[in-house]
Amino acid sequence: MPKAEFWQGNKAIAMAGVDAGCRFFGGYPITPSTEVAEVMAEELPKYGGAFIQMEDEIGGIAATIGASIAGRKAMTGTSGPGFSLKQELLGYAYIAEIPLVCVDVQRGGPSTGLPTKVSQGDVMQARWGTHGDHATIAYSPFSVQECYDLTVKAFNMSERFRQPVLIMADEVVGHMRERIVTPDVSSLNIVNRKKPACPPETFVPYLADEDDDVPPMASFGDGYHWHVTGLTSNDWGFPTNNSLDIDKKVTRIIRKVERFRSDVVEYVTEGCDDADILVVSYGCVSRPALRAVRELRSRGVKVGHFRPITIWPFPDEELEKIVVESGIKRVVVPELNMGQLFLEIDRAIHGKAETHLRTLLNGELFKPAQIISYVEEVA
Amino acid sequence: MPRDDVMKWLRSQFMPHIWCPGCGHGIIMHAMLRALCALGKDPDEIVISSGIGCSSRLPGYVNTCTLHTAHGRSLAFATGVKLSNPALTVVDVMGDGDCSAIGGNHFIHACRRNIGICAIVMNNNIYGMTGGQASPTTPENAFASTAPYGAIDPPFDICQLAIGAGATFVARATIAQPQMCETLIKKGIEHDGFSVIEIMTHCHTQFGRKNKRSRPLDNFNFFKDASVMKAKADAMTSEELTGKIVIGELHRIDGALEYTNRYAKVIERAKGATS
Repeated sequence: MPKAEFWQGNKAIAMAGVDAGCRFFGGYPITPSTEVAEVMAEELPKYGGAFIQMEDEIGGIAATIGASIAGRKAMTGTSGPGFSLKQELLGYAYIAEIPLVCVDVQRGGPSTGLPTKVSQGDVMQARWGTHGDHATIAYSPFSVQECYDLTVKAFNMSERFRQPVLIMADEVVGHMRERIVTPDVSSLNIVNRKKPACPPETFVPYLADEDDDVPPMASFGDGYHWHVTGLTSNDWGFPTNNSLDIDKKVTRIIRKVERFRSDVVEYVTEGCDDADILVVSYGCVSRPALRAVRELRSRGVKVGHFRPITIWPFPDEELEKIVVESGIKRVVVPELNMGQLFLEIDRAIHGKAETHLRTLLNGELFKPAQIISYVEEVA
Repeated sequence: MPRDDVMKWLRSQFMPHIWCPGCGHGIIMHAMLRALCALGKDPDEIVISSGIGCSSRLPGYVNTCTLHTAHGRSLAFATGVKLSNPALTVVDVMGDGDCSAIGGNHFIHACRRNIGICAIVMNNNIYGMTGGQASPTTPENAFASTAPYGAIDPPFDICQLAIGAGATFVARATIAQPQMCETLIKKGIEHDGFSVIEIMTHCHTQFGRKNKRSRPLDNFNFFKDASVMKAKADAMTSEELTGKIVIGELHRIDGALEYTNRYAKVIERAKGATS
């Protein structure tokens, strides 16, 4: 039965993970994401799962990858400086094609920065933090309800595409408490990784199916012998210097997500149809932004709101279409960074509307009145 | 040529291996495979994890579940594997850089947890694959490409580090004692807890050529001459032990509860709390 709860975002992320089938969490304490690990430590063993507090952030994601290879749905969580440390092995999971979910509850930076205060400073790190090219799937929840719903989705996407999926939460959403409704777990749509259908003798571990570019994944211990490596490998999972094999591998791990982009990309709009001005925001900033937009509309200002739910892949074509079709003239982007997603928004619009960035880096969240004044400034 | 039962464990399609002719690493791989055969292990139940470097290419050649991780991280990956499926036998091979430099933190914590993993440290005192840079086990005054005037950092004693960090089975051999390597690896795998088998091996290509041990045989003879059995070493003074390599079973504690068994009790408690 669906149930109403009064949870903080971090708890919703952990509980959603458990409901999505997560049975392993490799963690390390860090503010403001620690509650995710704490809830996992309490919940996972109840389901026969395992929580381990590792010696450092890198150990946390390493154990998570190991667990996933051993067949468990697995998750790790961190914040700011910890997310920097996770980059090493996020890259490993991208190239070795290991499903996992990594949550980053963003805080102010650089470095130790502002452990208890909010920012959106990790947007570009989520996309390009690890070296080398890869496809990124990153969700940006703006409410406790979305913390739950998007975590379930993140597990499904990671299992489907065999790669890490990021929950780019922030300190406000992670620590905020509000009412959410959790679904009946049996009603959830749960995706599990494809298993090999062939016998172990004919298993080629990285031979992808043509229809989705994703290779079926065996688990250590289920009778299939295979090699996992962070080196660029051939279909056998064995390191290669053959330029054809290299090209095949590195382009496929990007293509496998890109060709299903429309299944991944998500966004919501409000009041765009008749809008002259569009406010684009994501994560916690959407809370004051939505309030500002509604207030302005009640005063007769033709302003709409666009909120990407997947910040990566960014809904660029979709945003451009809305700008063009609604005849939007000005776009205002409030961000808790120096304009990391603004660059992407500006690129997507292709000069078809004026773009205005408004930044805040003092550890606070925008107030609705600030966003109202930003809109009024450009109107 | 190895015995037929050993050959069955090899992925011969991925040969030739990357190791230089005369490298000591093959002796360790052979000893490990003989130990797995002697234990009657089924490749379905074996995971071999490794870090980065020459040593860590070993799993690629073994036909089982093999996991070539990132530099220094193999024990952390292996911890996730073992905790997720405790029925698996997990062997972790790594070099001295993996174990005592970039992965030092993972190493001491795996020792502390006493998780059921057999760690084989292939210590050749150098970063071989990258061209012979000094490692935390390069002896003082030895030459390396990043220690062109001789190393000044005091080296780690990996076995003492493991004992100090809480490993419950610690042993050492050199590639000059292949039979002992096999016996100790076998005991390490059988041990119910975290075991560390340090095997002194050589890189004549990168370490040897700068340190008057440029031929494989120079190294073999060096290890033979320097090795002292633990029982004999116990009666020797520290002066007499200078430059010696103490071999054999160095430390053993039986009966300490292994980590995944301890976690099984956590699961029992958590389930009890909910029912």
